[in-house]
Amino acid sequence: MATTFQPPRGAGKNGAAVDAPSAGDAPVAESIAALITDAPVPAPTLPKTFGAMMAREFRVLRRNAVSTFMRSVMQPLLFVFVFSYVFPKIGSGFSMGGAVASGAGSAAAAGASASASGVSFSTILLPGLMASMFLMQGMFGTTMPLVMEFSWQRTIEDRALAPVPIAVLGLQKITAGAIQAFIGAIIVFPIVLLVHAAGQAPSVHVTNWFLFALIMVASSTVTASLGLLLGTVMDPRKIQMVFAIVLLPATMLGCVYYPWSALHSIRWLQILVLINPMVYMSEGLRAVLTPSIGHMPVWAVLLALVGGTIVFASWGVRTFRNRVVA
Amino acid sequence: MTTTTAQAAELTEPPGKGEAAIKTEGLRKTYKSSRGDVEAVRGIDLDIPAGEFFGLLGPNGAGKSTTIGMLTTLVAPTGGRAWVAGHDVVATPVAVKRRIGVVTQNNTLDMQLTVAENLQFRSRFFGLPARVAARRADQLIDAFGLGDRRHAMADQLSGGQARRLLIARALVHQPDVLFLDEPTAGLDPQTRVNLWDILKVLHDQGQTILLTTHYMEEAEALCDRIAVVDHGLILAEGTLEQLKEDAGAVTVVTVRFEGQLPSDFAERTGLAEHPAVTRVETDGDQLRVFSTEPEGVLGEVISQGAAQGLHVRDAAQLKPSLETVFLTLTGREYRE
Repeated sequence: MATTFQPPRGAGKNGAAVDAPSAGDAPVAESIAALITDAPVPAPTLPKTFGAMMAREFRVLRRNAVSTFMRSVMQPLLFVFVFSYVFPKIGSGFSMGGAVASGAGSAAAAGASASASGVSFSTILLPGLMASMFLMQGMFGTTMPLVMEFSWQRTIEDRALAPVPIAVLGLQKITAGAIQAFIGAIIVFPIVLLVHAAGQAPSVHVTNWFLFALIMVASSTVTASLGLLLGTVMDPRKIQMVFAIVLLPATMLGCVYYPWSALHSIRWLQILVLINPMVYMSEGLRAVLTPSIGHMPVWAVLLALVGGTIVFASWGVRTFRNRVVA
Repeated sequence: MTTTTAQAAELTEPPGKGEAAIKTEGLRKTYKSSRGDVEAVRGIDLDIPAGEFFGLLGPNGAGKSTTIGMLTTLVAPTGGRAWVAGHDVVATPVAVKRRIGVVTQNNTLDMQLTVAENLQFRSRFFGLPARVAARRADQLIDAFGLGDRRHAMADQLSGGQARRLLIARALVHQPDVLFLDEPTAGLDPQTRVNLWDILKVLHDQGQTILLTTHYMEEAEALCDRIAVVDHGLILAEGTLEQLKEDAGAVTVVTVRFEGQLPSDFAERTGLAEHPAVTRVETDGDQLRVFSTEPEGVLGEVISQGAAQGLHVRDAAQLKPSLETVFLTLTGREYRE
């Protein structure tokens, strides 16, 4: 082929970054040719591709292990430290009904009412903090990576070109996010069990391990599905808003720091919070972990978590597909 | 067994579509938006046989990337049909994705992974066992001269290295068709020539390649056949020689004068009657003459201008090339 290698016009004026050619940098023709002649024959199947995508997630998770771990540990650790250790210690000199801090006051009040029935505040906190961790991991594990992949360079195209339907890629994202959420919630367990003042240990009674596992899994999938939906419908530039309008209200009004039954004195709020998926996670975990506290019926919890997973997952996969395929 | 979806897809394919690596019929894409619809691609017909190096050449915004997007299943067509490696891109996207390698215009490397991992995981996405994938990654890294960057994170690569890795990644699974969307945009000249050499070797090995570019030299240097695209339509298609021939193999002489040209300048000076001149355009102070004869026209124009009392400010002569083809087809200067 007769070609002349004149420097292309426009290369300089584009302000292109110049690559410093280093020794041994230039590709060799024979080895390039061998890529075609000497190539392994690919045989993709859906399970293989799905498995490889999960392996990729775990590789990344392992690489970011420290930051992921810190993210999972710090919030529950500080919470139980303040509520199960600091408050009980200073509680004697702490005026309950007075002009003291509102957030802490209400939490302590819930704790007080719990104490009345003979349970520590950490008993209320354990399922609540696990639920809050589910949501946080669902958001960090699914929504944030998606927002990155859809913005700027659209790196999502990398995996969108893998030989599986786009919907499978969406389900893979949910699976990966759910596993992260599950691990995040498990980490809460030893923290709440260990960090508390004397006599303030949570009372945990798992009577039905199967139900416990089911609620853990369903909580993981519902948050990851919600994470996929949010990550695909949100404008990347407004992602900060998600934390203000989703994460914060969902946590504060998600029966994390008080059981749902305690809300009966604010009836309108008790009904309003039913739209919050967090409520069902907190209450579901209360039902299987700390049954000594009044909780929602398990059937209602399962209906909400499983139904929520189906609704958010199918909705999220749809919006995901619409974002990937223009 | 291997891919049930892909095999099922093959059975539903219309007969006779298998020979072309890429075939499209009236392929269209209209983007709906609140500020009015944008017709990015307005009916494109392509028929690219296996083994060909085909170029879509056009200015930015011509619809090239949208066309590649549709052929690689990442953009949903709003009209027409397209087959890649014998598979319908809309009905059987997974079968298409199995058989294509795509180098996107933007850097879509997995920034969370190293160079080697980018290749390994892509191989595994295509069903290679981890051990085979690792070997394939090593082979690609060596061939593309990325040996000393093997364990670097993908976001630490230079522009040229990233582009090479993108091409390497597109080749992991031996694709039937390799798509390259503006592969050398933003690269320095040396890196560009370097990439051209790689692509030539791949083509020599029988790799079917569809490349989009807005660099004319790139299309001239690499492609067997070229389609000139603008405003979502193919203006002309063929080998470089055919294109020049079809456009009249014209030399284009552009002269700018000091002061406005009279609108009847061509008639008054007899330029329009000159046997070699096929077309004369006047626009303000600028005169453009399309001539089948490369010699003498420029001098003629200048002396005729002088006879009319017009001084030349600027003059240029373009030999028959893609640029003159584009000028002849659109009457507009090529904007890169």
